[in-house]
Amino acid sequence: MAGLQSQDYIRRSASTLTPPSIRNHEAEVAKLIDVSRCIGCKACQSACMEWNDLRGEVGHFEGSYDNPLDLDPSTWTLMRFTEWENDKGDLEWLIRKDGCMHCEDPGCLKACPAPGAIVQYANGIVDFNSDACIGCGYCVKGCPFDIPRINPVDHKSYKCTLCSDRVAVGLEPACVKACPTGAIMFGSKSDMTAWAGERVAELKSRGFADAGLYDPAGVGGTHVMYVLQHADRPSIYAGLPDSPQISPFIQGWKGVLKPVALAGLALAAIAGFLHSMIAGPNEVQAEDEAKGRRLLGEGDEAP
Amino acid sequence: MIRPEGALIRYTTVTRINHWITAACFVLLVLSGLSMFHPLFFFLSALFGGGQWTRAVHPWIGIVLVASYAGLVAQFWRENFWTTDDTAWLRKFDRVLVNQEEGVPEAGRFNAGQKFVFWAMALLIPALLLTGLVIWEVYFSAVTPLVAQRIALLLHSLLAITAIAVWIVHVYAGIWVRGSLRAMTQGYVTPGWAWRHHRKWLRGLASREPAPRPEGMP
Ligand code: HEM
Ligand code: SF4
Repeated sequence: MAGLQSQDYIRRSASTLTPPSIRNHEAEVAKLIDVSRCIGCKACQSACMEWNDLRGEVGHFEGSYDNPLDLDPSTWTLMRFTEWENDKGDLEWLIRKDGCMHCEDPGCLKACPAPGAIVQYANGIVDFNSDACIGCGYCVKGCPFDIPRINPVDHKSYKCTLCSDRVAVGLEPACVKACPTGAIMFGSKSDMTAWAGERVAELKSRGFADAGLYDPAGVGGTHVMYVLQHADRPSIYAGLPDSPQISPFIQGWKGVLKPVALAGLALAAIAGFLHSMIAGPNEVQAEDEAKGRRLLGEGDEAP
Repeated sequence: MIRPEGALIRYTTVTRINHWITAACFVLLVLSGLSMFHPLFFFLSALFGGGQWTRAVHPWIGIVLVASYAGLVAQFWRENFWTTDDTAWLRKFDRVLVNQEEGVPEAGRFNAGQKFVFWAMALLIPALLLTGLVIWEVYFSAVTPLVAQRIALLLHSLLAITAIAVWIVHVYAGIWVRGSLRAMTQGYVTPGWAWRHHRKWLRGLASREPAPRPEGMP
């Protein structure tokens, strides 16, 4: 990788020093998924497999359009279909493209114990460096969206890269290129937010009063955003979290516990050192030896 | 094993082997665990052949530790029951700390401090096992809910830090009270050591010993 260094990290997992970050002028990027324009053709899902050379195992038909049923190490994006009855009693077919949200404050990266296994570039993309991954599964527990999957064969974690390899050379992600309806757009985060504003206005004019942009503040915003017809209840879209945030258990574990624990252990060691310098060792004295032997009935024999 | 005349057997060969297997497992668990706990310690994973190896081997060492500590519990639990004497001993702990054990209630085979370490580990190690199983990605990630895994991860590190603190106390006590380490390596202590630190235990031995003792008996 030495020949292709990116030198534009803004975050690097399990690192106490500043990672190479000299090229940090890039604009933040975002992928905008307009759920209202998606027809569920799965061209994006196929394009993802094709560009990333992923071939999952062929499974079974499970009575649902979701295929496969869940994300897996070789399925980095997945169309999830929901039949939802709205308040008027009409059926709405909600189709959401699931995958990594590329959080501004990534829980996976926060949880990761392996230096450099997860990085975030200046453009906001969260990427896994499989070489450094140790397969512990902490990222799975850190992610508020339940995205990363550990491959049982090589014990490495996998997820959507937002096509960091394509974006690095000025191309849009493969799913964006493949989408026939323009439901997936890619550009700078500010452009995408502005474009989403137009789409939301349009949806509102068509009667979707609660239409809105999904760019959840709980994770600092995301670099994959949705335009939702019903932004007031994201969870109807196959369990999209209403207000995602890194679990307080993960926050406590990575935030408070580590420095307090290390300080505590250091204090214990220092206390031991000071005690040995001040009080010194507890050594058996000659009179202890004599009294001990007398008790055992040996005293009289002693010369 | 060469032992001086009059030496008292404190730990049998089986006990000592059992103890050092436990100690080796614990040290390996601390080194591998800390490498995943904080980036400053990640270099320790090199001792185990890298991060992947460390992650894979740590839980297995944990299983050996649990089995090994169970052996120690089976051998020691009877002598570790808490008594009112232990509470009285603890009240005089300031005297113990400055090496002045005269006037401190006499201790049996184990003093209150040793009993504390024994029971703390007897609670912490099974708790580490339970939380460790929940975060064992390879075998159990598919059968436990994510929120349980998150809680278990926090608990496992908390318990580990507590266990390491108890372990520091344990190791320091072994160095501080001279003669203790030899009890666990060569198995014996001198009558003077027993008189000074575990007088009630010595009295028990004395009342059982035929006196005068035949020559050469350990
Ligand atoms: C008793 C059986 C034990 C089991 C089954 C167990 C299992 C685990 C597992 C599965 C992990 C996650 C990393 C991995 O997959 O290797 C882990 C992490 C860890 N373990 Fe254990 N373990 C045990 C005992 C211990 C003990 C005795 C200690 C130290 C006193 C310890 C300290 C740690 C630490 C510090 C971590 C890292 C936690 C973090 O990243 O914050 N473990 N253990
Ligand atoms: S969605 Fe999950 S895997 Fe993706 S950046 Fe956020 S925490 Fe990491």
